[in-house]
Amino acid sequence: MKDLQAYITAYSSITKHSAGKNGNLVFRRTENSSTGDFFISLYKYLSSDYPKFYKMDNLSKLGFLAAELLLSDRKLSENYSPEETGIVFSNANASLDADMHYMASVKNIPSPALFVYTLPNIVIGEISIRHGFKGENAFFVSEKFEEAFIHFYVSDLFKRSAIKSCICGWVECFQDNFEAVLWLVEKQLRQGSLPFTIDQIHKSYLLSNGEING
Amino acid sequence: MSNRVYITGVGIISAIGNNVSENLSALETGRAGMGEMNYLQSIHREKIPVAEVKLDNEMLAVASGLPAHFTRTALLSAIAAQEAFSNASIPGFTKLRSGFISANTVGGMDKTENFFSDFLSKPAKGKLRNVVHHECGAATEIVASLLGIKHHIATISTACSSSANAIFYGARLINQGMLDVVIAGGTDALTKFTLNGFNTLMILDNRYCQPFDENRRGLNLGEGAGYIVMVSEKVAQTLPSIPVCTLSGYCNANDAYHQTASSPDGTGSYLAMKGALEKSGIRAEEIDYINLHGTGTQNNDIAEGTAIKLLFEGHYPPMSSTKSFTGHTLGASGGVEAVYSVLSIQHGLIYPNLRFETQMKELPFTPVTTFKKNEAVQNVLSNSFGFGGNCSSLLFSKV
Amino acid sequence: MADLKKQIIAQLNLKDLKPEDIGDDQPLFVEGLGLDSIDALELIVLLQQEYKIKLANAEEGQSVFRSVRTMAQYITDHQGKAAE
Repeated sequence: MKDLQAYITAYSSITKHSAGKNGNLVFRRTENSSTGDFFISLYKYLSSDYPKFYKMDNLSKLGFLAAELLLSDRKLSENYSPEETGIVFSNANASLDADMHYMASVKNIPSPALFVYTLPNIVIGEISIRHGFKGENAFFVSEKFEEAFIHFYVSDLFKRSAIKSCICGWVECFQDNFEAVLWLVEKQLRQGSLPFTIDQIHKSYLLSNGEING
Repeated sequence: MSNRVYITGVGIISAIGNNVSENLSALETGRAGMGEMNYLQSIHREKIPVAEVKLDNEMLAVASGLPAHFTRTALLSAIAAQEAFSNASIPGFTKLRSGFISANTVGGMDKTENFFSDFLSKPAKGKLRNVVHHECGAATEIVASLLGIKHHIATISTACSSSANAIFYGARLINQGMLDVVIAGGTDALTKFTLNGFNTLMILDNRYCQPFDENRRGLNLGEGAGYIVMVSEKVAQTLPSIPVCTLSGYCNANDAYHQTASSPDGTGSYLAMKGALEKSGIRAEEIDYINLHGTGTQNNDIAEGTAIKLLFEGHYPPMSSTKSFTGHTLGASGGVEAVYSVLSIQHGLIYPNLRFETQMKELPFTPVTTFKKNEAVQNVLSNSFGFGGNCSSLLFSKV
Repeated sequence: MADLKKQIIAQLNLKDLKPEDIGDDQPLFVEGLGLDSIDALELIVLLQQEYKIKLANAEEGQSVFRSVRTMAQYITDHQGKAAE
């Protein structure tokens, strides 16, 4: 398959110890803070005025925050109509984290607010609501992040649909283990963008994780 | 060589039958699959009707060739996928590049929910992860290996539109020239987890559901699996007879409104149906039947109906919700209804919307209430809309 | 009613709000506090959990959950003692 011309115009990550964008550290987690507190402090740091954030499960919070980071200096609506932005996510444990919380609530009175998050694609819905994206979206469950798969899927989407920009990546959260790495991929070349290739996805994925560990 | 994707086989198991012919006969005789629960253990047993597959796990195991300790989701998947596979009977299959794309939303929840109570009192992280992994992620792998498919295997989970998305993803792989044949669809078993959850959302009907009726009260949960086999034009040429049905269009869009509720004007549904028509180049007035998402909830039916009203203004095609037979099979529904849509084209059938009584006051049309055969069915639109705002429409056309 | 407001804030995760931010007669849904259908279901859970009152259907909720005052009134009527 001939490589389609598309570009990574930004990428963001939230891992165990920090949040970053385009390989640079943006926010460091306070030592010994809980996962929940880390997400809330990051939310406040990004000065998001979106009270619905508090109602989300951790997977949605994680994806929401990674998308906030990714789009912090962009308004895609200036370049694209709502149907032109797609979202393609994947992870290993689907909505297991929310499933567990919901199961725990069933012992007393089952919580409808917890139940609504027991599907992995709800995080896509939350991001779509926040930014008004109405394009195609998909959620795949696979054991680990697969660069080649994401590359294929998004390239194909550009080729065969109205999609001109796509937020794609890996959003995994189970108990205190979480990792989100998102890429903004566009057909249009922009200042500082990287070619959208398997190699670049791989490099930026490692960088996003390396910066955290090292 | 055209980019056409041909459908050469279908397979299904649902509350109204364990294979294609049983499903067709129930659709023809108007026999719904709901009733009091027999296999699912729940405190709601007497209050909430469900549409169960009428076989216990032991019998499903025999029918599928898998061990009975496997999850019900995997067993249902294996039965329907194998039927689709044998129905397709593709010569020289082993030499072709093949894929299996399966959707589900509950995974192995039927097994794992029993495990949760122990786990919650005594956490053993690693162990749970393994158990869930085995039960949840493995369903697709298990069935793929049963079918002898190795080139491409994927699991999609986007709520109730999951299997519709699995199907058009499969079509893309063929279009792209990556694969020659793809079996795609989805599976979901009834679980206490989903029953409790939908019950807390107060959208379950404690009687048999009445989709697209003014007095609809909610949905009935169902279970099942449905798969279609898609092949490239090149493979289609090698078959004894060229298949009559193609997947001519599809579209997915996000409603971007609420986690669970559809927007009042059905924006996502509208975009999905419109996109599928545009992709195929078929005009709205050429649609001969719409297999509705039609869950029977207040919210879905008005949103979907409003979108249809807008898109089909003046040319309302015959339409019905087969969930009035099968209940809402969640992650499997797009697969189950794709099978019905393909059969509609192959045999010229239009299915009734059971228990319809009163026209919705907001809509200028009503669903079909009788079974029709020998109809000239050229194009069928199949809708699947899910939580998270994920809306998909598939368009099937006669060659 | 102050207690009820606290309970509503806790049940619905309205972390940025304080009880005094919610007016007694302020509409809870849409144009008021902006609650949605899932919040309505959570309020039904709240009534059941804190006051052992069971709402039969979601439609009944529309009038009960109009404001904090109507909710408090409903609790009083169905519990025999005031919520305050």
